[in-house]
Amino acid sequence: MKSHSVQAPRTLAELMAQAYALEREAVERYGELADVLATHNNQEVAALFRRLASQEAMHATEILRTMGWTRAPQPPHLPDAPAAPGPEEAHYLMHPWHALRIALDAEQKAHDFFAALAQRCEADEMRLAAQRLQADEREHITLLQSWLQRVPEPPAGWDEDPDPPRYPH
Amino acid sequence: MNDMCHPPGLAAAEPFTPLHYKSATKPIWCPGCGDYTVLNAVTKALALVQRPPHEVAVVSGIGCSSRIPAYTSCYGFHGVHGRSLAAATGLKVARPDLTVLVASGDGDGYSIGGNHFLHACRRNVDLTYIVMDNHVYGMTKGQASPTTEPDWDSKLSPGGTGVRSFHPLVIALAAGANFVARAFAGDQNTTADIIAAGIRHPGFSFIEILSPCVTFRPEQKEWKNLTHPAPVGPTDDAARAAKRIMTDDGFNIGVLYAGHRAPYSGGPGAPTRSLQEMESAFAL
Repeated sequence: MKSHSVQAPRTLAELMAQAYALEREAVERYGELADVLATHNNQEVAALFRRLASQEAMHATEILRTMGWTRAPQPPHLPDAPAAPGPEEAHYLMHPWHALRIALDAEQKAHDFFAALAQRCEADEMRLAAQRLQADEREHITLLQSWLQRVPEPPAGWDEDPDPPRYPH
Repeated sequence: MNDMCHPPGLAAAEPFTPLHYKSATKPIWCPGCGDYTVLNAVTKALALVQRPPHEVAVVSGIGCSSRIPAYTSCYGFHGVHGRSLAAATGLKVARPDLTVLVASGDGDGYSIGGNHFLHACRRNVDLTYIVMDNHVYGMTKGQASPTTEPDWDSKLSPGGTGVRSFHPLVIALAAGANFVARAFAGDQNTTADIIAAGIRHPGFSFIEILSPCVTFRPEQKEWKNLTHPAPVGPTDDAARAAKRIMTDDGFNIGVLYAGHRAPYSGGPGAPTRSLQEMESAFAL
């Protein structure tokens, strides 16, 4: 959708609960993408999505540890999950390069989300927390960029299938 | 029920989460299909309304979208092509205590099941009808459906069908649906909110979900840039809603009409006999 509003959390606990929910949603979406690609026998990309899911799970666990929670409270407002990968870009013949591009896009959106949130938080401790989350996302972006440099960009025609589901006419 | 009556390890006071409504069966659709996010939106919506999975039934017809019941932990019925609403109506009338969701696609719902669609709107039984509209028959490899644009050029309809597209929202409104909304599969949380609103609203709730078919209609990926929140909130004035729906760009997202018709309750001539009494009449 072209626009959606982000409601600023009112307390630090709400902010972190929101961040936790976003990370968990990313875990689920990466897991689903891994399942989809495994179903379509693209095991290499499935494994990469599983790795990305486990990374997001680590970030979620880190939020629990920081807050001293055994279980995160339900956030009062669930925004669209900017850290979650968009499923619409998946393709059964996709390469790791595509998966990393999807992940990079999601991390960039998450970075922008927390940056916008930091600007809207009036309390110092909340602004600092949002800035820390923003910095975490920046680190993820850097990491993904380094991974991207290590995988070759697929050649033109990567999605050509000798027995496609849809024949050109 | 697929695999869960009560989620293991969930204490009575703990809220249901979307995961509680998912089955162990992994969905099989094309990678990138909008139906994945519709499934997630359905499970999120059920978590929002907090109905236990065993008090929910998901009924479907035939097609890609109709695979959904198997992917939920609710009771499910994967029915006959175009007849999901007939089965769901019978279920809801017999078991009004259940929350009944009906899942369909534009071919199943508007072509094969078109007549059932009209009369389900008219009867106003308390159902939530979700139609995943991708403007094509995906499962059977790309034939034009009732909502396909007349000039969509494909191998199976060279130059397009030349046939005017079906307008499901305004038809639902004219036929008497009590709740009419449009959602977009690419916006999972808004879709979940709309489905939850449809479940909560009494009577027949019709939710058209634009769900891209990345295999046969890859150009629909552009929908994420075309969809936008409806500029105004829902109205309870059917004439006003009809005018808005007829003149919008087809990409307004949100609840567009929420009426006040009382849901079907059996009518004045409804049988008053118990199920046991009726069954005894068939005893040999």
